[in-house]
Amino acid sequence: MAKGRPIRWHIAVFLAPAVLVYSAIMILPLFSTLNLSLFTRTEGGTAFVGLDNFRTLFGDPRWSAAFWNALGNNLWFFAVHMLVQNPIGILLAALLSSPRLRFSAFYRTAIFIPTILSFVVVGFIWKLILSPLWGIAPDLLDMVGLKSLFAPWLGKEEYALTTLALISVWQFVGIPMMLIYAALLSIPDDIIEAAEMDGITGWSQFRRIKLPLILPAIGIISILTFVGNFNAFDLIYVSQGALAGPNFATDILGTFLYRTFFGFQLQLGDPHMGATIATAMFAIILVGVCIYLFLIQTRLRRYQF
Amino acid sequence: MSQPRQSPARSIAAHAVLILWTLIALFPVFVTVVNSFKSKQAIFTQPLALPGPDSFDLVGYQTVARQGDFVAYFQNSLVVTCLSLFFVLLFGAMAAFALSEYRFRGNTLMGLYLALGIMIPIRLGTVAILQMMVATGLVNTLTALVLVYTAQGLPLAVFILSEFMRNVSDDLKNAGRIDGLSEYRIFFRLVLPLVRPAMATVAVFTMIPIWNDLWFPLILAPSESTKTITLGSQVFLGQFVSNWNAVLAALSLAILPVLVLYLIFSRQLIRGITAGAVK
Repeated sequence: MAKGRPIRWHIAVFLAPAVLVYSAIMILPLFSTLNLSLFTRTEGGTAFVGLDNFRTLFGDPRWSAAFWNALGNNLWFFAVHMLVQNPIGILLAALLSSPRLRFSAFYRTAIFIPTILSFVVVGFIWKLILSPLWGIAPDLLDMVGLKSLFAPWLGKEEYALTTLALISVWQFVGIPMMLIYAALLSIPDDIIEAAEMDGITGWSQFRRIKLPLILPAIGIISILTFVGNFNAFDLIYVSQGALAGPNFATDILGTFLYRTFFGFQLQLGDPHMGATIATAMFAIILVGVCIYLFLIQTRLRRYQF
Repeated sequence: MSQPRQSPARSIAAHAVLILWTLIALFPVFVTVVNSFKSKQAIFTQPLALPGPDSFDLVGYQTVARQGDFVAYFQNSLVVTCLSLFFVLLFGAMAAFALSEYRFRGNTLMGLYLALGIMIPIRLGTVAILQMMVATGLVNTLTALVLVYTAQGLPLAVFILSEFMRNVSDDLKNAGRIDGLSEYRIFFRLVLPLVRPAMATVAVFTMIPIWNDLWFPLILAPSESTKTITLGSQVFLGQFVSNWNAVLAALSLAILPVLVLYLIFSRQLIRGITAGAVK
């Protein structure tokens, strides 16, 4: 602040509540979690152990098997979202944005409905629908003559994780759809008209004119999906429990973190190992965000209209 | 302006895909709500049929009313969501105003600091948050949840609201200053009313994750008296897992209020998401 000017207290007053709450409840705990991961519990206190907890997490077979399993599952969970959710979102957005489409407001509203439901509701509904007891899924498959394909997907080790990822895709496809839709609407009409003058229409127009223009939006969606997936917990917990069955086939970092620090059934909670896992998750998310910010976002050309 | 020609075949294909996905999106919700009004036998024999005179049954809702304390859970959720929302909007708007209105040293840095939380999820700090709440005796209180959700909602609120506040005309604010209004009055009387649409958008974005969150209620406030509706229904569903009527009724009760609110505010929400595009 320039000398001689009175201190503008109102700026501090405006900023203080937000900065205080945010720092105290979010930033401080985040750093003290990182700090906790450097200590371990001993009789009657804690002791500084440096990076030993990380050595245990990555190297000790009792921990590392669970960790790499959770990380691998999480990567697959993310891959399914990128390969299924985002393409479907882009397709739906492209269809919705086509000019003079009737009922587009209705489609938009309806397709977004699953996104507003809670994981508890979504997890349970799909558990019921896929349940072999109730028979809705086998009945539906029977209608198209594919009943033989039915299996209790959520109970099979080889299918459970993919099934859950697809349920999550079903729930969240509305978000990429909306963001891409917004990006498509912001493309000026004259660009589209110019393309049509040149005889570029339909699919090739989408691929060669519109797609490059919505790449920044696709980048944002990818990073949102990444952060969301590596932080996911609720859906797995609701439908498979904290043990992420069958046989940990659906265990992701969120459920692993929960079990470790909060304890579950016979396992006692360990805040230090929990903090270690949280730190690892923090590092993974940070790497992802940095890749996005420094490698992807800077290379995407932004067009100013 | 010439509209691009849409061949009928192309338009039919577009509608077909959209209708297909609409059905996929709505079918699970539809099946749940429809079956919650049927007798146990009808749920299993004709899961896809609408409830008729002989299959109509409210036994599920009766079980929920008898067993679950859903009114109390609902109240807890309402209190937590409304209070968090109030603080996020008030504190968020104040900070956004400070960042967008005044030039001071560290302005950009403060903006970046507050924006960190958009990308880094607050859940990663849970271990320390729990320890802090235990130390301050806030475990199993709704206050703990309100605090956490306020912190969680602030980064995005500040970010969106400061974008909008930059667009509020300077002439208006300066006219207010000439008339002798204090900075606080300028904020509350002039600026806040003008950014009401943006506030509504932020409100919807903040509200949905808070209402639906399971993680923090499970860890910070799992006691019977502080359960939110999300945690309450999760526990209820776990206990009544074999009572299909009760489960379907509880699910329908969890869906309906959110659905009604969504249908009322969907215009606002969609306008918010597409704000950059639709002027």
